[in-house]
Amino acid sequence: MSLTRHLNPRTLPLIITTTLFVALFGFGAISYDAFLSPQVFLNLLIDNGFLLVVAIGMTFVIISGGIDLSVGSIVALTTMVSASLVQHHHWSIWVILPLVLLMGCAFGLLHGVLIQVFRLQAFIVTLGGMFLARGLCYVISIDSISITDPTYTALSEYRLALGEETFISLSGIIALVTLAIAIFIAHYTKFGRTVYAIGGNERSALLMGLPVARTKIMVYVLSGFCSALGGILVTLYMLSGYGLHALGMELDAIAAAVIGGTLLTGGVGNVIGTLIGVLILGVIQSLIAFDGSLSSWWTRIAIGLLLFLFCLLQRIIERSGLGRKAKSTTA
Amino acid sequence: MTEQQAILQMQGIHKRFPGVVALKDVSLRLFPGEVHALMGQNGAGKSTLIKVLTGVENADSGDITLAGKAIRVTSVLEAQELGISTVYQEVNLCSNLSVAENIFIGRFPFRFGRIDWKTMNAKARTALAALNIDIDVSLPLSSYPVAIQQMVAIARALGTEAQVLILDEPTSSLDEDEVERLFDALRKLKAKGIAILFVTHFLDQTYAISDRITVLRNGELEGEYLAADLPRIQLINKMVGREIDESSFARQTESGEAKASAGEPFLAARNLGRAGTLRPLDLDVHAGQVLGLGGLLGSGRTETARLLFGIDHADSGSAKINGVPVSLNSPRKAIRQGLAFCPEDRKTEGIVAELSIRENIILALQAHRGIFRFLPLRKQTQIAEEYVKQLGIKTSDVEKPIGQLSGGNQQKALLARWLATEPKMLILDEPTRGIDVAAKLEIMDLVKTQCRKGLAILFISSEMSEVLRVSDRIAVLRDRQKIGELDGASADEQSIFRMIAGGES
Amino acid sequence: MSVTSIVRHRLFWPCVTLALLCAVNVFFNHNFFALEVRNGALYGSVIDILNRAAPLMLVAMGMTLVIATRGIDVSVGATVAIAGAVVAVMIGGTLVIKDGVQSYVANFPMPLAIIAALAVALLCGLWNGALVAGAGMQPIIATLILMVAGRGVAQLVTEGQIVTIYYEPFFFIGNGFLFGIPFALYIVAAVLLILLYLTQRTALGLFIQAVGLNPTAARFSGISARALVLWVYGFCGVTAGIAGLIITSNVKSADGNNAGLAMELDAILAVALGGTSLDGGRFSLIGTLIGALIIQTLTYAIYSLGVPPEINLVVKALVVFTVCLIQSERLRSMLFTHTARIGEKS
Repeated sequence: MSLTRHLNPRTLPLIITTTLFVALFGFGAISYDAFLSPQVFLNLLIDNGFLLVVAIGMTFVIISGGIDLSVGSIVALTTMVSASLVQHHHWSIWVILPLVLLMGCAFGLLHGVLIQVFRLQAFIVTLGGMFLARGLCYVISIDSISITDPTYTALSEYRLALGEETFISLSGIIALVTLAIAIFIAHYTKFGRTVYAIGGNERSALLMGLPVARTKIMVYVLSGFCSALGGILVTLYMLSGYGLHALGMELDAIAAAVIGGTLLTGGVGNVIGTLIGVLILGVIQSLIAFDGSLSSWWTRIAIGLLLFLFCLLQRIIERSGLGRKAKSTTA
Repeated sequence: MTEQQAILQMQGIHKRFPGVVALKDVSLRLFPGEVHALMGQNGAGKSTLIKVLTGVENADSGDITLAGKAIRVTSVLEAQELGISTVYQEVNLCSNLSVAENIFIGRFPFRFGRIDWKTMNAKARTALAALNIDIDVSLPLSSYPVAIQQMVAIARALGTEAQVLILDEPTSSLDEDEVERLFDALRKLKAKGIAILFVTHFLDQTYAISDRITVLRNGELEGEYLAADLPRIQLINKMVGREIDESSFARQTESGEAKASAGEPFLAARNLGRAGTLRPLDLDVHAGQVLGLGGLLGSGRTETARLLFGIDHADSGSAKINGVPVSLNSPRKAIRQGLAFCPEDRKTEGIVAELSIRENIILALQAHRGIFRFLPLRKQTQIAEEYVKQLGIKTSDVEKPIGQLSGGNQQKALLARWLATEPKMLILDEPTRGIDVAAKLEIMDLVKTQCRKGLAILFISSEMSEVLRVSDRIAVLRDRQKIGELDGASADEQSIFRMIAGGES
Repeated sequence: MSVTSIVRHRLFWPCVTLALLCAVNVFFNHNFFALEVRNGALYGSVIDILNRAAPLMLVAMGMTLVIATRGIDVSVGATVAIAGAVVAVMIGGTLVIKDGVQSYVANFPMPLAIIAALAVALLCGLWNGALVAGAGMQPIIATLILMVAGRGVAQLVTEGQIVTIYYEPFFFIGNGFLFGIPFALYIVAAVLLILLYLTQRTALGLFIQAVGLNPTAARFSGISARALVLWVYGFCGVTAGIAGLIITSNVKSADGNNAGLAMELDAILAVALGGTSLDGGRFSLIGTLIGALIIQTLTYAIYSLGVPPEINLVVKALVVFTVCLIQSERLRSMLFTHTARIGEKS
């Protein structure tokens, strides 16, 4: 029984992902002296906290069977709105934060309504949202806006010491808290399970009397919220607002989810996997940075290669799984 | 006469879709503790009536009363809350969720504001135990066969304090054992006073379980009868709406027609098998003969067809066509050898619903000719119209999307698709499934006609009477294995059943 | 239903949209449709729009076929960059002084460079096709791989540099005129004619639709769906490659980071605007060309309106939403029947 559990095709990708992360990290530790320190690990969270937050929202969307291409540009818009309001209009950060989060939710609501009520494709709708959010960035300003506001600077520089020489930033903490909440939502709330049900079989979910329309709209609102939260973290990380921030982040978020074992067909996946996916993307960047001789484009190629391997793995598992199922169900 | 109070009453239900009247003044009563069969041909309005009852569709007019109170059902959820639950033909659950979740999603047990998985799993085990099922409820539903999934669906339907349980063709994909198990469960529910509405195409099952029968025809109510007072032949009459005597349903094999399987077979398979799906078997299909595949669901009938047509690859044995060894490892190769295959699942594997009747009919012929030897439009229309006429496909225009045809006419169009390629052998997997009685008879007549023209035919059907009616010889399958062959002229249902039962240890 | 009524139905909204955009342009620029001949070449707003839309029209035609097979190719932008990088590196241009005349000589013969670039683009397409048809991956994820890795590959080819081309004959592809009309338009016309022939005078169109609408039924009918899908992606790669050549020739340099950026999105948008369902099946190549022109005319209109060009994206977004809503059957039924209800029912 326990053996079959471990070989469960649903958890296998996660096991492989985790193994890969440990292997990559181990490789780094062997190759570079400074690599094996808790701080290098924590830096992964500090440098990729915003990606984790965004990818969590994306994971929910993908599990529900949808896709959200607008996340990167909503991150950018959040940085832009925050920077503009604080620098040019001198608003208080405590007004700005809820405002931008609300804006992210509004974007998500727009997407969700268009997708669910008007039966438009998620792909095309969120593509429109992507154009809209990036465009609005440029409407605010074409140039980057640096933030010098003392509260932002203080929050940006905040570090929570975890040991003598180890610490974590505010964005790392927020990312971890978001992860914990996401795990709870995914596994212990009706909303979370309904998301899985919709991704598994939307028609069935409807016939089982689940609130499909509401849940699907809420999933996009959640993703919009996560994007805005990720945007806040990017604002703190970069201390600037810029229309070109987070270019292509939707790809990284999708990649992190897929590498973490989320099936793009929907219904299967979890946010822990997404965490590990994000960590793998981070560790690859660190390895290339540590090496020093490799050019940055190798990161893209490496991520592409990983995506390829994991997709192939998913297919192999699916096929063998299907074969087993076919045996037991067809006449 | 003191008649029991009906728990549910539908009266004067009207429902119109663009262009068609689906229901016209239909009434239905369900009594507690009774199994009520809803019968009718395809398009009679059964599924629309159920959709109205369960809130999937809104009726244009009419009243529904539940336990004496007028109700207005506008969503599935509302129906469930009122105690009206439905189990559909295809298992409408989420196979990626666990068994327990499938039973409880939407009404999870909560504890400290979160889903209480432990309690849920325990409750799920209890619910399934009531249906005599003991499985690990924490595994995904997809780990179990369809029959178990169907039972899980029933467990779910019952969990919502159901007063009325609707079963929409629940037995289509179950074998006899499983059907019996389902009926056991239904009898238990009956005893508890639940009203059960049972929709099915199978006459045997109707009589095995039902107390009362309502018949619909063309969207109108034909009548409500006690099962005991309505002989089978009359039921068929009510459904079809014209007189058919028992003999038209009986076999038409005259003694002279049962040719001896003399001469070289068109297709000879030896030791053909595939690990896990079909044990090696020998099969001879002769030109001008119908070979029927007899056997219960899951006995390996479809698997045999899929191996011969190259959809699945055989890993043992060989096949000869006209004495020449061939490798049938893709549909294309099989087609090139003169084979043709009408799959069991017409909608998902047969027709291309959005394409026109013409395009559907010439599809295989064009595929055979390849991309560049394109049939001119005029020629396509000519071919399509010729077959529409020859096979009696009821349509005004071959340019209509095929999805708009009735099931029987779609099946005929599929036949036309293959006849257009002038095949040597036709494999028909459940060609009469889900189509009305009259169309079934027409299809079987077509099979006989084509056979007389010299086609070799492999005929698969769940209805043993159909297999007996058209086959010259019958290969009997059990547990993915061929256990014998019978002569079509001398075989009857009993002899086949005896053969199937014979190996029971 | 007659053939003309189908075409009318399908292309009605795209045409209306394009006409409206042209009307807006005419309103702000009365010479919008004016053409003039300078140096034996035709100039004017319309020509300008057509010329600038050429790469997008090419990519969108390839994308149309991919989408019709129930697929999507999000890697076309990356393929544009790769093809551009290959041709730029192979041609480059070395300054030689011969008989006192300065001229630039290509590193490799230009035809060879072009063939090599198109071959690489074909390979990119076939790679996608192999993942979709061979490995059975979901199209969006299969092509996402190349989308992510492709720009890295392009930069690998150019070693992270922007490669400038000095060899003049190559500029003709993107800037030249033939009989007074931009050369790029001839390429578009040639590809369109080939595709129209293949989809209407051969069974390709029928097969693509059958595969897109019901892959299993198509396979069971004897259509080799896998080979078909493989080559459709391959072809899409080639159209992206040609677009890459035109773009590279146009700007006389290859930039692995920015060449063809967001091209996949514009191409998909063009296909959707042209009335082809993103669910696969029925498609319209002419509709796609109109869709590409809508996008380009829109950009032009924004410039001529005197709106800051940065707002282009916002307007594009609004157009996406509007056109999708206009094409939404759901909205039509909401407007035309009072019984339609928002919510749980399907």
